[in-house]
Amino acid sequence: MSTPSAAEILRNGLWHNNTGLVALLGLCPLLATSNSLVNGLGLGLATTLVLLITNTTVSLIRRWVNPEVRIPVFVTVIASAVTAVELGMHALLPELHRVLGIFIPLIVTNCCVLGRAEAFASRQAPARAALDGLAVGLGFALVLVTLGALRELLGQGTLLAQAEILFGEGARGLTLHLLPGDRGLLLAILPPGAFIMLGLLIAAKNAIDARARARPRPAPATAATVADGHVPT
Amino acid sequence: MRPAHALLRSMGMNALILGGFALASVALVAATWFATRDTIAAARRAALEASLNALVPAARYDNHPAEDVLRLAPPGAPPLTVYRARKGGAPVAVLATVTAPDGYSGPIQLLVGVWADGRLAGVRVLAHKETPGLGDAIEVERSPWIHGFDGRSLDDPPRARWKVRKDGGDFDQFTGATITPRAVVKAVQGFLDYYAGHREALFAPATETRP
Repeated sequence: MSTPSAAEILRNGLWHNNTGLVALLGLCPLLATSNSLVNGLGLGLATTLVLLITNTTVSLIRRWVNPEVRIPVFVTVIASAVTAVELGMHALLPELHRVLGIFIPLIVTNCCVLGRAEAFASRQAPARAALDGLAVGLGFALVLVTLGALRELLGQGTLLAQAEILFGEGARGLTLHLLPGDRGLLLAILPPGAFIMLGLLIAAKNAIDARARARPRPAPATAATVADGHVPT
Repeated sequence: MRPAHALLRSMGMNALILGGFALASVALVAATWFATRDTIAAARRAALEASLNALVPAARYDNHPAEDVLRLAPPGAPPLTVYRARKGGAPVAVLATVTAPDGYSGPIQLLVGVWADGRLAGVRVLAHKETPGLGDAIEVERSPWIHGFDGRSLDDPPRARWKVRKDGGDFDQFTGATITPRAVVKAVQGFLDYYAGHREALFAPATETRP
């Protein structure tokens, strides 16, 4: 495997191969916890921290792990990292831990964590692997935050509701009440709304990519910009 | 025998590698658990005390309700955990975790506070799976509806009107959601009934204390 540059790692993790919008991994936590900006941000940061730890660890141990046992070893590393992060969150952010509930331990089952360990971290030097974990995690967090903000705004007419469970009591005043009335578009908060909004986000990303490709100047073609069924105009 | 020997050797190596990583992982998790154990216990306790104090202010009692616990298993009903508040040893209030089994999408966990004289100190929802935007108006953060129980008792309103308005009672339902408030009203009245019949037992000295 070639060694990608730091810029490529960041571009792939945050945009071209975004976990939430392109790879579509970890959809269950993505759809379930994106009902508000704060919840989305909380899970996004927790996932980023886990990816950072697991990618770095997997890269550090990659020379000692035989191919035959690498998957169980990676799973062990991921499971213990998630457990440690979960315990830490329970101790430091008990309210957020209560709200996110089962989705913190379920980070273990997010395919993108094992996927990055196997596809990237086990073949790259620690610094690159760490950067990849950070980029992929932040890419996932970005989608969670965007989806959470859109659903919260449409469904409840607020932004940053319950900010205090993530940022402490001082952040209570951060909550913005943007839409009048006490009840917004109910669909946005319900699970079908999560699917619809994610679909719209993916469509928006594809439209932006298509426009970038259609520009007259020759854009560098990357393997990650997969054909999405649109005929280039 | 060389291939078999080599196979055994590589199996042994792999077993050692796996075992080594399992040990290291367990050590990491154990160390984190030890480091966070007290903070987590304190956070749990603080959360419990905060929810108890929301119904029965700390100034009203001088014991530790979070430690003065009674666990009950009434026949035919979900188990109850009862926290007792006392002042100078005299009963002040009980706070019970009551389950409303017939919510719209599963059981609703409530915390019901009852003053010693049988009036409600208040009700809060601990956990529920009701429809967001409709049934979740039972949460105190979303609507003041749950405050409608404050100060009520078995005689106020009279038994015939311990229902939602749609059923001819005194308690509001929500637009589009009747089942949720109906389940809550029924569970609260059910606990008031239980309280009326078991007042002595509910304030009896704890047979079991939690550390």
